[in-house]
Amino acid sequence: MKGDDEELVRARQRERATVTAWLLGGFTLLVFAIAWVKISAGMGS
Amino acid sequence: MTAAAPLLPPADWRDFLALTKPRVMTLVVYTGLAGMLAAPAAIHPVLGFTAILCIALGAGAAGALNQWWEADLDAAMKRTRRRPLPGGRMDRQAALHFGVGLGAFAVILMGLAVGVVAAAILAASILFYVLVYTVWLKRRTPQNIVIGGAAGAFPPLIGWAAATGGVAPLPVLLFALVFLWTPPHFWALALFVESDYAAAGVPMLPVVAGEAATRRQIALYTVPMAAAAVGPWALGYTGAIYGAAAAALTAVFAALVWPVATRRSAPGDAMRPEKRLFSFSILYLFALFGALVVDRWVLA
Repeated sequence: MKGDDEELVRARQRERATVTAWLLGGFTLLVFAIAWVKISAGMGS
Repeated sequence: MTAAAPLLPPADWRDFLALTKPRVMTLVVYTGLAGMLAAPAAIHPVLGFTAILCIALGAGAAGALNQWWEADLDAAMKRTRRRPLPGGRMDRQAALHFGVGLGAFAVILMGLAVGVVAAAILAASILFYVLVYTVWLKRRTPQNIVIGGAAGAFPPLIGWAAATGGVAPLPVLLFALVFLWTPPHFWALALFVESDYAAAGVPMLPVVAGEAATRRQIALYTVPMAAAAVGPWALGYTGAIYGAAAAALTAVFAALVWPVATRRSAPGDAMRPEKRLFSFSILYLFALFGALVVDRWVLA
């Protein structure tokens, strides 16, 4: 693999990792909020 | 041994986003939200947000799987040849995995967080769009968008089911409205991108039956669409605000259909009436669903 190609692959991997981290963070917050709403409303399932 | 496909660098995250057809998703999310807000039961904002998120992700998954299956068609059409797959920026398998994963995630999250009925309708809408419309009908029959249009009509039902846990006559009428709106909307577009569809070998109505038949069909489908638009008010499911808006908007829609139905295009025609009808048809649906929500909340 040429230097430029490797640079491109690394840059794409870095960006995708960052986006994935944000999405996972958001999903964690959403699951927490859903659980909180369900528990508050007494909806076990 | 066949030649191996060229190895692509990992796709940019923006290409995954483009795979979800964000512009189509806007209308899907909007009608889903309107269906939810028009329902007589209140839903907790967190669960409402989750339901809309699942509708958006489900629509995105359907869009991604559509592009995975139609990469060859997209490459043949000017309008779509720069999409991630025909543009050579993404591996086909990555698009398939992304679409399946996103769809499964959306349905499971909807089922666990919101309700089984909403999740089942969401799953049906994704499968209908991918299997019935994309795989089965699109390349086989000029009725592709008539039957396939049902896939885009599901969101108000899903939104309603998320709020109430079931289905009622009003969201079924909204389903009918979007279902009957799709042919005039799509065929207006097909009239001015006809050569694109012909080049790709897609049997859209103007390609197969000709321009005159398409114009006639646009006018014919406008009649039941108008009935479905005013139906919720006429049957007593909505108030006067929606009734007045539906009557006025449908009158404008019909006024724009008239020149499209009665004229013939000349070579090099700018197709202005068709473009005007296509643009207004989008506004029409947005305004109609907006009026439905205003009617429900103002008169409640």
